Amino acid sequence: MSSALRLKLENIVKEYPGCRANDGIDLRVEAGEIHALLGENGAGKSTLMKVIYGVVQPDEGRMFWNGHEVRVNSPAQARSMGIGMVFQHFSLFETLTVAENIALSLPPFEARDRKKLDQRIREVSDRYGMTLDPRRYVSTLSVGERQRVEIIRCLIQESTLLILDEPTSVLTPQEVASLFATLRQLAKEGCSILFISHKLEEVRSLCHNATVLRQGRVSGDCRPSEVSATDIARLMVGDDTPISTRVTAAEPGEVMLSVQNLEWQSQDPFGTSLRQVSLELRRGEIVGIAGVAGNGQDELLKALSGETRVDGGSITLEGKGLEKLGPDQRRGMGVAIVPEERLGRGAVPKMTLADNALLTASGQGLVQRGMIRFERVREFSREVIRRFGVRCTGETSTAGSLSGGNLQKYIIGREALQNPRLLVASHPTWGVDVGSAVAIHEALVKLRDEGAAIVLISEDLDELYQLCNRIGALCAGRLSPLAPTRELDIEQLGQWMAGEFDSAEANHAAA
Amino acid sequence: MLLLERRPVDSSLMRWASPLLALVLTVITGFILFLAMGKDPVEGLRFFFITPISDLMGLAELGLKMAPLLLCAAGLTVCYRAKIWNIGAEGHFLMGALGASIVAVQLVDVDSVWVLPVVLVAGTLAGMAWAALAAGLKTHLNCNEILTTIMLNYIALNLLLYTVHGPLKDPYGFGFPQSVMFGDSALLPDLIPGTRLHLGLAFGLLAAVAVWVMFARSFIGFQLNVVGQDHRAAAFAGFGARRLTWFAFLVGGATAGLAGASEVTGPIGQLVPQVSPGYGYTAIIVVFLGRMHALGIVVASALLALTFIGGEILQIAMNMPKAVTGLFQGLLLFYLLTCDAFIHYRIRLKRPAHPSTHSTATGEA
Repeated sequence: MSSALRLKLENIVKEYPGCRANDGIDLRVEAGEIHALLGENGAGKSTLMKVIYGVVQPDEGRMFWNGHEVRVNSPAQARSMGIGMVFQHFSLFETLTVAENIALSLPPFEARDRKKLDQRIREVSDRYGMTLDPRRYVSTLSVGERQRVEIIRCLIQESTLLILDEPTSVLTPQEVASLFATLRQLAKEGCSILFISHKLEEVRSLCHNATVLRQGRVSGDCRPSEVSATDIARLMVGDDTPISTRVTAAEPGEVMLSVQNLEWQSQDPFGTSLRQVSLELRRGEIVGIAGVAGNGQDELLKALSGETRVDGGSITLEGKGLEKLGPDQRRGMGVAIVPEERLGRGAVPKMTLADNALLTASGQGLVQRGMIRFERVREFSREVIRRFGVRCTGETSTAGSLSGGNLQKYIIGREALQNPRLLVASHPTWGVDVGSAVAIHEALVKLRDEGAAIVLISEDLDELYQLCNRIGALCAGRLSPLAPTRELDIEQLGQWMAGEFDSAEANHAAA
Repeated sequence: MLLLERRPVDSSLMRWASPLLALVLTVITGFILFLAMGKDPVEGLRFFFITPISDLMGLAELGLKMAPLLLCAAGLTVCYRAKIWNIGAEGHFLMGALGASIVAVQLVDVDSVWVLPVVLVAGTLAGMAWAALAAGLKTHLNCNEILTTIMLNYIALNLLLYTVHGPLKDPYGFGFPQSVMFGDSALLPDLIPGTRLHLGLAFGLLAAVAVWVMFARSFIGFQLNVVGQDHRAAAFAGFGARRLTWFAFLVGGATAGLAGASEVTGPIGQLVPQVSPGYGYTAIIVVFLGRMHALGIVVASALLALTFIGGEILQIAMNMPKAVTGLFQGLLLFYLLTCDAFIHYRIRLKRPAHPSTHSTATGEA
């Protein structure tokens, strides 16, 4: 056995009730290697990470750490062995400082000497080009900076294997570049990195080796820099699904939606408030809203859907003011919404697909004098299932029993069949399999061609560039100017996502 | 080692088996309790469960006790489906009895077919008004309805006691705290001649049918279900939580208020302090035992009505304390909640983890 082999997994099996999340996975990570773990949502990446980090115990299989067989019973044990993990959702206390957050995860004798700890945080952050002041409160940090706190926390604990779960999904392109520089330097010094992602281009530019998972098994190993993104995508999704949509050019018509100087004050001290958001949307066009998570995307969606009432500004759809209407009234005027959370907002998990149709489509003649017309509800539901290729046993399946992609197709279909004038979709393909994502993109383009105006809120820049006529970015609740996609380079968009734009200019551009 | 693990899919068998299992466990525990107290358990259980329903008179008495339970439970079902935990049926009930009595006492000498409807409507409105207090506190001040409704129950009880000891006390009642007997035209007609069973049971059954229609067919029932299962989805769909909260509370107040009115115009015929032996609280058990389903609450209200009558018989026949009714009701709810855990969870036997997992792994390697 090579002494440089840091981590080896043999035949890892982990079964959950009703699902074999890991089904005999082998993995080898060498010292100083950046190893990508690729796969669609639900392929078993997160479960495998939790096995390595000791969050769950595998049902079968063996794990070797620096050549010795080990059993990791808890994250604390994993940390003491030198395994550090940065989760997608950070585990930081917003009301504490950087140093306090880091001290919490250290053994008491190390945490006590705060001056020395500050010193160490500065040393580590300077050394790896991650500027960070240990005295700052986490609530004042950007998402990218919070991620640095997590990474520095691992490095201070002298981790020799760093696991990063989709670290770039919360970063601007510039922040991604700086993270990658840090990771390359770490690898050069011998630290192993396990990089979980589904963004193929990133993996190709950063990682030495990649292991691709599909449905709980290893579907292939490769050197990402030597194969094309299409080849890797094939390993991820299998042979029988289309990988991309062909999007025809749009022909925008007259102004459909006009939003002027929208203001909304968040009640949550750590929430995002909307500030002077203005945009105009024409029929037959898709406008993309980029931005790092938590910069007001959900707030904007709720302001448009009517789930929250704005404090100021106007929302006008075809000349009629919407800002005082509730969600059901707006729906009656042709507004359709696809929220970010499919289960527990877009659909009720334990209800059937037919009942979930009734959730937003009751205005389509499904209710008469307060009574539900069940035959019509079932018909509507079957129509959605048929037209949008939703894979399920029928309209009596519960929403929670569908895969993410299939449920999302159902929700998009439910909204699309109501012939909306305006569709606002948030992260419609997040966590969705490639085949469903293609179907969803096609549905959006078709709606656009039928004359609907579409707002597409997404963190997936590829998706935005592929589908949208114009793109802008939200940062801290303010909206950048909207630029035609063809004229907007990714550097510029990255700066907008980081908040480098002039609000006055944004208003001007939108007016 | 025993392991309680989440079922991948909720068990629908267990959803309906759980009340039966709870009943069996209650009977077994009752058996043991009788033994421990030195009473004959078979005799005791027979007095409690069989004797009350062995003749027409007994069945009529059962229907009599069922009526208020079923009415209260029907209204509470509407609330609980929307996960509005209204514990205030007792208060609505008492206010309904009080409101109906005040009107009935005013009309004691009037002889008209309109007296009874007016009295019943007065009780219903009084129950709704009491429920409206809790609804307003919840929707406008965000007060927890469990706390406010419990507190309002005590206020209602004291209001009733004040009235029956004061303004409404029968001046010729030898100082007893009770109102005058209502006029004949304010009394509910009997359903079966010669028994005390009155029209109140028909109200209860109608309410159960209404609940069935509401949740099986109507859009507002669907909206209440969505609010209960997933309030974020309800907000997304635009089902106004405030409007539905008010609706559920008012329905709960109306049925419990009508139950109170039916009780004073039915078997009692006047306002007395002990107008309710806790119907409003027992109705909570009825709703859970009946799975928040119309048919279920009809069966469950019959069973709980039995505990009231059975308890009385045990007091007389076996010299048991009054607490025996509450004891059996409490046991039933306790076992029901326990058994309900197995709708979502199952028990799995887990072998000692370390050695066995290890050996399987090496065995396959």
